[in-house]
Amino acid sequence: MTAVSKQPISLQVNGRATDAWVSPNLSLLELLRVEAGAPEVKLGCGEGVCGTCTVLLDGEPVNACLMFAVQANGCEVTTVRGLAPDGELHLLQQAFLDHAGAQCGFCTPGMILTSKWYLDRHPDADREELRRALAGNLCRCTGYTKILDAVEAYRDVCRREHDGD
Amino acid sequence: MYAAAFDYVRASSWSEAVDLLGELGEDAHVIAGGQSLVPMMMLRLAAPTALIDLAGADQRTIELRDGQLVLSALVRHADIEHSEVVAEHVPMLTEAVRQIGNVRVRQRGTIGGSLAHGEATAELPSVALAHKATVQVLGPDGERTIPAGELAVTHLTTSLAPAEVITAVQVPVLAAGQGSCFVELARRAGDFAMVDVAALLTCAGDGRLTGARLVVGAVGHRPADMSEAAQPLLGQPLDDAPVDEVARTVADEVQVGPSTHAGVAYRRQMVAVLVGRALRRAGAAALCARHPERA
Repeated sequence: MTAVSKQPISLQVNGRATDAWVSPNLSLLELLRVEAGAPEVKLGCGEGVCGTCTVLLDGEPVNACLMFAVQANGCEVTTVRGLAPDGELHLLQQAFLDHAGAQCGFCTPGMILTSKWYLDRHPDADREELRRALAGNLCRCTGYTKILDAVEAYRDVCRREHDGD
Repeated sequence: MYAAAFDYVRASSWSEAVDLLGELGEDAHVIAGGQSLVPMMMLRLAAPTALIDLAGADQRTIELRDGQLVLSALVRHADIEHSEVVAEHVPMLTEAVRQIGNVRVRQRGTIGGSLAHGEATAELPSVALAHKATVQVLGPDGERTIPAGELAVTHLTTSLAPAEVITAVQVPVLAAGQGSCFVELARRAGDFAMVDVAALLTCAGDGRLTGARLVVGAVGHRPADMSEAAQPLLGQPLDDAPVDEVARTVADEVQVGPSTHAGVAYRRQMVAVLVGRALRRAGAAALCARHPERA
């Protein structure tokens, strides 16, 4: 085994500058949970399949479990907490509450970040399109119906706000 | 899960990546999106001593050049998925990337990475073979071009030399009278394919089929070019062509290896179903594309 040295990295996590010295084999997920104080990012399968560790990297959804922290050097990371910076729930989070879209809550951060990203780009997405966008986020509690209800409700709120302008 | 320890360097150009591969030895590995490599590292199926990150080596460009779609190797599946140029000129590529993994995998995974990884159930190697794509490769001895049919050797093995990297992928675009289709069978959305089929048909002004490319992937150790078996389709309009007979022949002749997901007989039957479906859809698309000014 070669001697491997730690490297300095610097990234933004929910708008806050985060500097760390990391081993190259430290995953972005571990960095966020342990070094950056973001335990809301959850480890599920560790293989990029379940969507539980979804974060937005420079605005796009990625598997935090399938990236090394060094790859994210210089990037901007948003976790679910970044949607509610002042502790006030984002409308999409509120919709999940209203429609019982969260039960155990483990998949919720990934569900919410993926839905938010998708609706930002496709504000008129129908249920089938939302289903396809969320196909890579697994939930073992809700059966997905209530999650899709919540996401559709949020889409409709955004539409009404948009039409009101 | 923790990958084994490794060194990490970023390459700012293709030639720097090749130099670094030479310097860091045969256990160094390049990484682009990492959506196949990193799971293997986490499971300790792969343990490179150094990773050379290609993310900064090139732009993610997609260009139309001399009848070919030229994609930088770093073009991501999501770039392809949302590209109008790709959808118009190589629609099979659009169909195929939609079936890859999930939104996060498509956001990171790259076309060059997928082809260089050589996973037997991957979608893009089948598309590349059906379209007779070529990959542009840079190595210590300079550039060379490898046809898709000579790139995949067997599961996770390509004909790339140790210090070579794929820099671009060239895909001949659909001509007038050509139509294509990509279909796959997987147990759930985004899962590894159990069977995939890529069909590219050409038809003349009078509607008769004049060319057929047919590739079956995910059943063997690499995509199988079954175009020979599709030749009985030629010389007649799609409606009169022996599609079911061809599908049966392909299913009987294609090499089907063992799988943990389903038995050989079942997957052979599914090859027949998917080949029939892909040929009919590709044929219908070809019929609509007979005139250059497609309405």
